[in-house]
Order: sequence, then C-alpha cells, then structure tokens
Amino acid sequence: MQRLKSVVDLESLRERILSKRDPNRTWVTVCSGTGCHAYACEKVAEAFASEIEKSGLEEQVGLRRTGCHGFCERGPIVVIFPDGICYLSVKPEDVSEIVSTTLVDRKLLQRLLYKGEDGEQGIAHESEIPFYKYQTRIIFGNNRLIDPRSIEDYIALGGYSALAKVLSEMSPEEVIDTIKRANLRGRGGAGFPAGIKWETSRNAPGDVKYVIVNADEGDPGAYMDRSLLEGNPHSVLEGLVIGAYAIGSHEGYVYVRQEYPLAVDNVSNALGQMREYGLLGENLLGSGFDFDVIVHRGAGAFVSGESSALMAAIEGKVGEPRPKYIRTAISGIREKPSNLNNVETWANVPLIINKGADWYRGIGTEGSKGTKIFSLVGKVNNTGLVEVPMGMALREIVYKIGGGIPKGKRLKAVQTGGPSGGVIPESLLDLPVDFDELSKVGSMMGSGGMIVMDEETCMVDVARYFVDFLAYESCGKCIPCREGLYQMLKILNRICGGEGQEGDIELLATLGEVMDDCSLCALGQTASNPVLSSIKYFQDEYKAHIQEKRCPAGVCKALISYYIEPEKCKACMICLRDCPVGAISGGKKEIHVIDQERCTKCGTCLEVCPERFGAIIKLPYKEAVAPYGAKS
Amino acid sequence: MEHREQDLSKIDQIIDSYGSNKETLIQILLDAQTEYRWLSKAILERVSKKLGIPLNHIYNITTFYKHYSLLPKGRHSIAVCLGTACHVRGAVRLLDRVSACLDMEPGETTPDEKFTLTTVNCIGCCALGPAMVVDGEYMSNPPVRKIKELITSSD
Repeated sequence: MQRLKSVVDLESLRERILSKRDPNRTWVTVCSGTGCHAYACEKVAEAFASEIEKSGLEEQVGLRRTGCHGFCERGPIVVIFPDGICYLSVKPEDVSEIVSTTLVDRKLLQRLLYKGEDGEQGIAHESEIPFYKYQTRIIFGNNRLIDPRSIEDYIALGGYSALAKVLSEMSPEEVIDTIKRANLRGRGGAGFPAGIKWETSRNAPGDVKYVIVNADEGDPGAYMDRSLLEGNPHSVLEGLVIGAYAIGSHEGYVYVRQEYPLAVDNVSNALGQMREYGLLGENLLGSGFDFDVIVHRGAGAFVSGESSALMAAIEGKVGEPRPKYIRTAISGIREKPSNLNNVETWANVPLIINKGADWYRGIGTEGSKGTKIFSLVGKVNNTGLVEVPMGMALREIVYKIGGGIPKGKRLKAVQTGGPSGGVIPESLLDLPVDFDELSKVGSMMGSGGMIVMDEETCMVDVARYFVDFLAYESCGKCIPCREGLYQMLKILNRICGGEGQEGDIELLATLGEVMDDCSLCALGQTASNPVLSSIKYFQDEYKAHIQEKRCPAGVCKALISYYIEPEKCKACMICLRDCPVGAISGGKKEIHVIDQERCTKCGTCLEVCPERFGAIIKLPYKEAVAPYGAKS
Repeated sequence: MEHREQDLSKIDQIIDSYGSNKETLIQILLDAQTEYRWLSKAILERVSKKLGIPLNHIYNITTFYKHYSLLPKGRHSIAVCLGTACHVRGAVRLLDRVSACLDMEPGETTPDEKFTLTTVNCIGCCALGPAMVVDGEYMSNPPVRKIKELITSSD
C-alpha cells in the first residue's frame, strides 16, 4: 500500500474500494465480540466458511467477522446483508441449514428468528427487533458493518473523511469551536465538556503536548468501551487524531487494560494499518501535521483510570492520583499539557465533524447532547449494549429495549455509574437519563454501567459489594478514602453478618460525608454514593438487617437458611449428590435433610432441585429448627 | 517451595524489544508475567539490573498492580467473575462451589501447581453471568458436577 499523500488520494482510494464492492452482494456477518466468543462464535464462523465453500457460493456470498452487535443475551448473532436478516443464538450445527434455506433457497429459517411477545411469527429483520428498534445507534451501529481488522471496511463507510476535512479545511480553533458548540461532554463519567478541555490544553504553554484515549474501563459490569475499541477501533483513533490536530499534539497514547486482549490486539492492528496508509506518522495527508500513537497496557488497578493516575502509569510509575491544583490538561504526562478523553468521547468526534455541531445538538437534552452507550445487565431479559439518545426514560430502556425482568419478578432498582454511582428505585424510573438528572437523585452517569436489580437483590449487600470493591482498589494515598472505606466495609459486613447495631446507619452517613469532602480523587469523593443512595431509598432493608436480623431479599448468608420440605422431597438424591460440602443426608426413598451446621448457604440444592418438586425453600432469616411448612 | 532455575534470557529479549526504555517498565513486566506465568525474585532482579531501576521501585510496581503475581501460578487458571452483573446473579454462590470443589480459597494454588483460583472484576460477559473463565474458555454458571469433571479431566 502506497502512503496516502493527500485528501484526493484518500478519496480516490475510497472510490477504488467502493467500485470493487457490489452493494447488493450477500454478506454473512458473524458477531465476534468477546461476549459471543464465549458462545463459540468462531466455530459458527468456521462452519459458514466451509458450508459456503461446499455449496459453491464463494463468488456470491462474503463472510465477515464483526465486532459486538450489542445483543449479547442472544449470541452468537448472525446478520445476513443486504436484507438485514437476523438469526439469534446460532450454533455451529445450525449453519448448514441457514446456508441451504436462506442463502440458496432465499427463505427464512423461522426457528432462529427473534420471537415477538405473541411468540408465533418470528421477526426477520434486525431493525424491527424491539431491542434494536428503540435504539439510536449513531456510534455503535457501524460495529456490525465492518471487520474491525480491516481499515478498508472503515474507509468504505466514509472513514477518515472527518480527518481529511479537518486537515484540509479547518483551523485547530475551528475544530475546538465545533466541539464546544456541539457541547460534547466526556463519556468517562464526570461529563466535563470536551471542547473546553481541548482548549485548555491548546492554550497551555509548551511545544510538547499529549492526547490520550482512556480505555481503562474498570467499572465492574460495564463493557461498552471495550466493545467499541474491539469492534470499531478506527472510529476512536480518527477522533484522537482530530483532537491531536486541534490541540497541537504530536504524540498520543491508548491506555487499555491488559484484561481486554482482543481490544489491545485490534487497536494495535489498526495503528499498524494507519501507519501503512499514511494516516499516522509524518505529514498526514500532505497537511504537514505529524502524529503517532503508542499503546500502553494497564496492569490492573481501578484507580489508574483517574486522569492523573493514568498519566503516572504511562510514565512507568505506580498509578496513583495526585492533587489536581493544576489540571492534567495543563500539566500531565512528563508535566506537559495532556488531554485525556474516554473511548466513547473520541468516537463521537468524527461524527460531529462530518455532520456538524447543529445536527449533533439536535439529539439529546438541554444539557446533555448526543447519545450514550449503556451496558444493560443484571436481572434483565435482554442483556447487552444499548445506545440511546440522552434523556430517554430509564423505564423505556429497561422495559422497551431490555424486555423487562426475567421470570416475572418485580423490578427493585437500577444501579448506574458503577462504584461511584448510586441506586435509583422503581419509583424514579421515569427519570430521563442524562448527566444532570442522574446527579440530582444521588447517582451519576459514570461510564455507562446500568445494572438492573429485582426483588431478589439485597440492597445492603449491593452497597457492601461496591464498598468491598473500592476498599480493595483504593490506592491508600489519602486517609479519608483508605480508612473511610475500611470502616464502612467493617460496618456493612457487620450488618450483613447479622451483627448490625443501632446507630450504624447514621455512622455510615457521617463517614460518607467526610469522605466526600476530604478525599484526594474522585474514587474517594464518590465512594459513598452506593451506600448513601441505598440508605436514602431502601432504609427499611437496612433496618430489617439491623433490628430484625432478617435479609428480606434472601441474599446475606448469615441471615438466611435453606430447608427441605419433607412432604415435597421425593428423595431423588440430586441435591444430596450435588451439595459441595456433603451437608445433606438421606438416601434412596429416604427424605433428605440439610445439616444446618455444615451448610455453607451456597444455594446449590435450590438450583438443582427439579422445579416440579420445589422441595427446597430459602428462609429470609436464620432458624435453628426447620419451620415445618414455612413459606419463604 | 523449591523451584528449578529459570531461563532468564527471555527477559533480556523482552527488555531489548522495548529499547531498554525505563518508562516501559510496566509493559516489560506484563510481557515477563505472560512468558513465565509469575514473577520470581530472579526475574525482578534481572529487570532491575538491566534497566537500572532500584529493586524496591520494581517491587512497588509489582505489588500495586493486580495482574502481577509474585507467587507461582498453577498450570491452569480458573477465574470467577465478581462483576456487578454477575454478583446480582449469584457469583458468590458460584465462587463458593468452585472453592469447595477445589478445597481452597481464591488467590491460592493447589499444592500440585495444577490450578490457581482467582477472582476478577468483570470480564464483560454479563449475559453469561455468573461466569467464570478457565484457561481462556468461558463458562456460564457451571453446576458442581461440571466443575468436578473439569478438575479431574485436566492434566
């Protein structure tokens, strides 16, 4: 490949690529994100390759492995273009039937289609499936159209035209002005306006400046940054180069967790291609602008996602935050101005440049423009990644897109913002989701984790879970965070362990306030959110634990017990064999009994007892004697 | 625990591939961890000497970041996901089962160095939750029988 020397070169390359591609050609795309890999999508793709060959369809049908499509619940996902026929939960053994029915006979294979609520007629097209229908996938939608390892796929869809426009037609100031007018706010959590940050770095003194992609997505339960970087790395990198031009930076970094091997691989591959095509290196597209990028793999530290900590890590140091009297936009890596934005923020940039700030401002709410990708997970029917316009009501996201709560259970709360966010109770579900509204109710946008909880989720246990996570991840540099979290964890462990005391709730609230006011970085300053928000909305549950020694949701091990109802037990030996600690006694034709002393409350017996027997019951309190016939 | 002499020539190659740049220490140690599965004292000393970085600084780095292991790891790794989505779907119960089957706590390695059990905070397979990863293969909420099978069938 000859390096592209000008915008004209890029456009003629695009034309060459498109002229070789028949828009009506049939393409089989197999989602190959990490989620689908767990469902053996590679075997599905291999089966397609061999079946297509066997049927002699190689000329007419192309096969493409793409990034994550988002509907992880029903992976592996196969979409057949140009029609957009979508098959879900495809297994390797389904492939030959798909090839003969759909590719050869041009008919639909009903059994693999999405079934609507009436269950009868399957929905053939991706765009009509409710999970996709209510989304606005301006950032994430291209994932399913391109092979993340092919720069030509990206260019064919108009890739790098925004960079070309910026380099040939716009001054750095105009670029910053456009981003400011679009009111693009940082997708990493705090929602700081990106344009203002860029301007600060641009105006900061010094010739050497850095731009950084923050892909240290450490929020447990969130994986949209990974899927974007894995599935469409060029969109993120194009945004980064545009930002570098606007700020006047010639060196960039992608900080990506080593726990995301496919993202590391795809981003490194994309950078190699950019160098080959002349989209990185010296004199990009003949503009005289030089820029290159280094990949830094994070070695596992949640706190290193904080900007000053991340920059210390890039320098090869321990990734601890520092006081930010001087912002990293002015003094960051090697004390040079350093502009850091999240993966999703960067991916928004080419779109804003191409379509204009006014177009972008047309999506979203007054204070939050554009879309946001959420990872909708937990107790929800359609687990996956969803992209919606800012301001969509939480209820719509959970019910219309997410398909509601499994097993007809009642929704209890939605947790947003991860360990820095809070729980939002069912009563506030009509809340429009944007940066400001979420903050008002004591949560935050965060990077986009959205964890749905049902009546079987214990809110005290969830608060304890986050504090446990943060206590472990706190770097220990400042006392309010290090000691505050430790004390909070002790109190919450005590409450969940059935040893809660009067005054514990008040003590947690006081500790939380001190941590908010006095911690060095956002980790400590927001660490109390999961606790304080759950106290605010679910105080009764705390009281049940402390005063009645009861866990109403049946989660806290010290406050629950399992029993086998003798009249329902069929002495089938299943739970007896499966109990990992051998706590169940009995035999064939002999009613089984759980030895309460040995029981570790792992719940295996409840899971394995056949539904038609339903002999195991979980009691929301610790009982020494089996309450005969008691109901949970 | 006695360990046979490690071949440290790979370390030199890794360091050279980064141009002996001190700022790439974290990357060098990541590659070394992949190569040797864990970071022995001999490895850390070699890195310290070759890069001219004090051993205490290297120790600071390797104890701060979670991916590094200063203890030998088993031939097979079992990592149970404790991400929030898995947590609300019963990750603790899965961890209890695996722990009971292996008769050890998370973070430990079996005496025959066959398995190391760890926990991770989100592997991003929330639809599979509660999930675990065994040598790169993902499993969704395996029952006790499957876990026992896995333990006996691995070499």
